[in-house]
Order: sequence, then C-alpha cells, then structure tokens
Amino acid sequence: MLGRFPALAGADLEVEAGEIVLLAGANGAGKTTLLRLCAGLLPLRSGHAEVLGVDLAVDRRAMRRSLALVGHETFCYDDLTVQENIRFATRAAGRSVADADAALERLGLGRAARVTHSRLSQGQRRRVALAIALARDPRLLLLDEPHAGLDEQGRSVLDAVVRAAPSEGRTVLLASHELDVARQVATREIRIAAGRVHEEPAGAGRTLPRAEAWA
Amino acid sequence: MTFFKEAMLVAGKDLRIERRSRVALAQILPFGGIVVVMFAFALDADRTSLPIAAPGLFWAAVFLAALLAIGRSFTVEEANRARDGLRLSGLDGGAIFVGKALAIAVELFLLEVVLGAAVIALYGVSVSGVLVLVCAALAATVGLAATGTVYGVLATGLRARDTLVPLLVLPAVTPVMLGGSRAFAAALQGSSSDAWPWVQLLVAFSVLAVAAGTMAFGPLLEEG
Repeated sequence: MLGRFPALAGADLEVEAGEIVLLAGANGAGKTTLLRLCAGLLPLRSGHAEVLGVDLAVDRRAMRRSLALVGHETFCYDDLTVQENIRFATRAAGRSVADADAALERLGLGRAARVTHSRLSQGQRRRVALAIALARDPRLLLLDEPHAGLDEQGRSVLDAVVRAAPSEGRTVLLASHELDVARQVATREIRIAAGRVHEEPAGAGRTLPRAEAWA
Repeated sequence: MTFFKEAMLVAGKDLRIERRSRVALAQILPFGGIVVVMFAFALDADRTSLPIAAPGLFWAAVFLAALLAIGRSFTVEEANRARDGLRLSGLDGGAIFVGKALAIAVELFLLEVVLGAAVIALYGVSVSGVLVLVCAALAATVGLAATGTVYGVLATGLRARDTLVPLLVLPAVTPVMLGGSRAFAAALQGSSSDAWPWVQLLVAFSVLAVAAGTMAFGPLLEEG
C-alpha cells in the first residue's frame, strides 16, 4: 500500500529457480514494491506470496539469509570502511570474513577497501552493495535499478555477476528502466503496469539468448 | 552464529562507528560535562547543598547525555537505510537489541566515570563505598541503555523522534533515576547497607528491561 492506495494489486508471478527476470515498468508501477515485498521488508496485506518456499504471510523473515537485495540505498554505515561494511554484513549472514574479502575483490573494490562509505562515489557505493549481496551467497538476488550510477567498468562487472547467477545457483529479479542494457542479461521479461504483472509475449525478443546458455 | 556472537557483532559495529565518528567523545561527553558544570553554577551560592544533591544531579546529567547516545545509536541506522540492512541481515532481533544496548551501556559507563570525576571535583564530594557505587552504576547503566534502546527503535522513522524519545524514556527510567540516586546517596554517606536494597531494585529493573527488550525489539524493528 502507498498511503490508501494499493501499490500492487492482482500481481500474479511465478519465477523458476535459475531465471533472470527483468521487471520493466514506468515510475511508480510497483517494481520496487514487488522487490521489497519479496525481500520481506513490506508486509503482505492480502493475497498469497511464497519466496524460496516460505509463505510471507506466515513468516517474512525466515528466508532472509537466503536472499539479498541491492536497492536504491546501500544499507551501509557511513563511518565504516568498505571492508568493514562488507565484513559486517557477511558475518551477520553467518558467512566468513574470507567470503567478504573475496566479494570485495570480485567487485574490484580492493583499492577502496579502507575508504569510509561516506567518501565513496555513487558508483562505488553500488559496487559495495553488490559485493555485500554476493558475499552472502544468496539463492535469490533482488536488484533494483542496479545499473544506475555505474560506469562502464562497473556495468561490465555487474553484468558478469548477473550472467553467472544461474550457474552459481541463483535466481535474479532485476528491476530496471535501462531496458536495452538489462535485456542483455535477462532470460525473461515482465512488465508491471498500474500494480499488475504482464508477461511479455514470447517471440517478441523478450526471451533472450542467455536462457539457452544456462538451461 | 550464536546469539551471543551476533550481539557482539552488532555491539562491535556500533562501538567502531562511535570510535570513528568521535560523536560520543566530541559531543556527548562535553554535553554531560557542561550539564554538571551548570548544576554547580546553579547551586554555587549554597556550597553545603551541592554534595547532598550530587547523586541526583549526577544521574540527571547521565540521563540527558544518555538521550543523545540513544538518539545517535538509531541515527546511524537511518542513513542509507542501514536499518533495512539489519532487517535483511538474518540476525536475531533479540541479539541486535542486546548488541545495541551493550554498545550504549559501554559508552554510558565511560561517560559516568568522567562525569563522576567531575562531580567529585566540582561538588566537593568525598567518596566512600566504592563497591556499591560501581555495582549501582553498572546496574543502572544496563537498565538505562536497555530501556533507551527499546524506545529508540520504537520511535525510529517518526518525524517527531527527537522529541518523542525523551518523553517516552524519562517516565520509563524513573526507577533507574530513583534507585541510582538513592544508592549513591546512601553509599556516599557511608551507609552501604542502606544502598544495597536500591542496587537490588536496579538489578531487578535491568533484568526486566533486558528481557522485555530482547523479546520486543525484533517485532518493533519490523514495524518501523
């Protein structure tokens, strides 16, 4: 709900394990709401939603260790360094410091490891958020406008991470306005309009080559 | 990860943030010091009343400084929606509570040591019954930190948080203020036996506050 109005109504969506699903739609269509709902950050007012086998109406916290959300905000602490932020989130998820450091290197953040979060550029912050998500080794990766603020190198790293997701046992839900870029990595496209989910028709260029690559 | 390790992880994170930002050292501690000095000025005309009023004035100064520490503890969770990161972390809500309360308690205890020294120097207080003073301070600090942490998360996200937290916390910590003041007064008058019942009250309050906070914090964190 956004105030008295439903942000999502009549949304019907089923995602198979290993899919990379692109969520398209105009501003305010409900993409972010859907992602935050999947992450268990928003309560389900009505209907039925199951994420990673967990009924959100019963418990919206049980599956959180198995998912990661990269949203508009980084969920980081301004006074902690990149390394400290990643290590904290990784250890909180029950994983090791080595996992945190590996994710830091994978996202090309080695040189910024000791820089405090408040001093990072927007693009670097995006990378930190993605590093935290990967260090948690989630089964479900929720990405909200992940390309925003990233430079070319950052976009390459992000795309590589998303493309590798199925082979690493991950499912990805990716909300984006940059459809041309996002379609390069997505295996399926869904459009959200006025809080409702519309499957893009097959054969309309929406089921993309990566589908065959990992299927 | 065990409950204890999760709590220590959160406490370590909060204390690292405070050490890095120096807000506690550069703002909260001086604020507490100024309050102690202002009380000294206010009662300076009557030097005999200062040592008598010292326990109450000390805990009033600690309480005012504690409000800043509590506010600060939750302000850092607001930036970059770090609070959502905590929710998504998978950490137990009770462990997050214990960790945040522990970090606040450590800050407050260090603050009390400095303010205690200032009170001794400025108010002409002669110290006796150190053991009971330390026990009372520890128990009161835990109660203050635990109660403040619960109300801190309760008010998170509200536009009126800055004014709401003092309004909610003061009535709730009245037993701490009363018990701390009475225990200190008895100890400083050389009557430790009269102080211990107040210490017991403080311990009981702290145990209840920690137990209630451990149970309530997770749901409150989700609601904000």
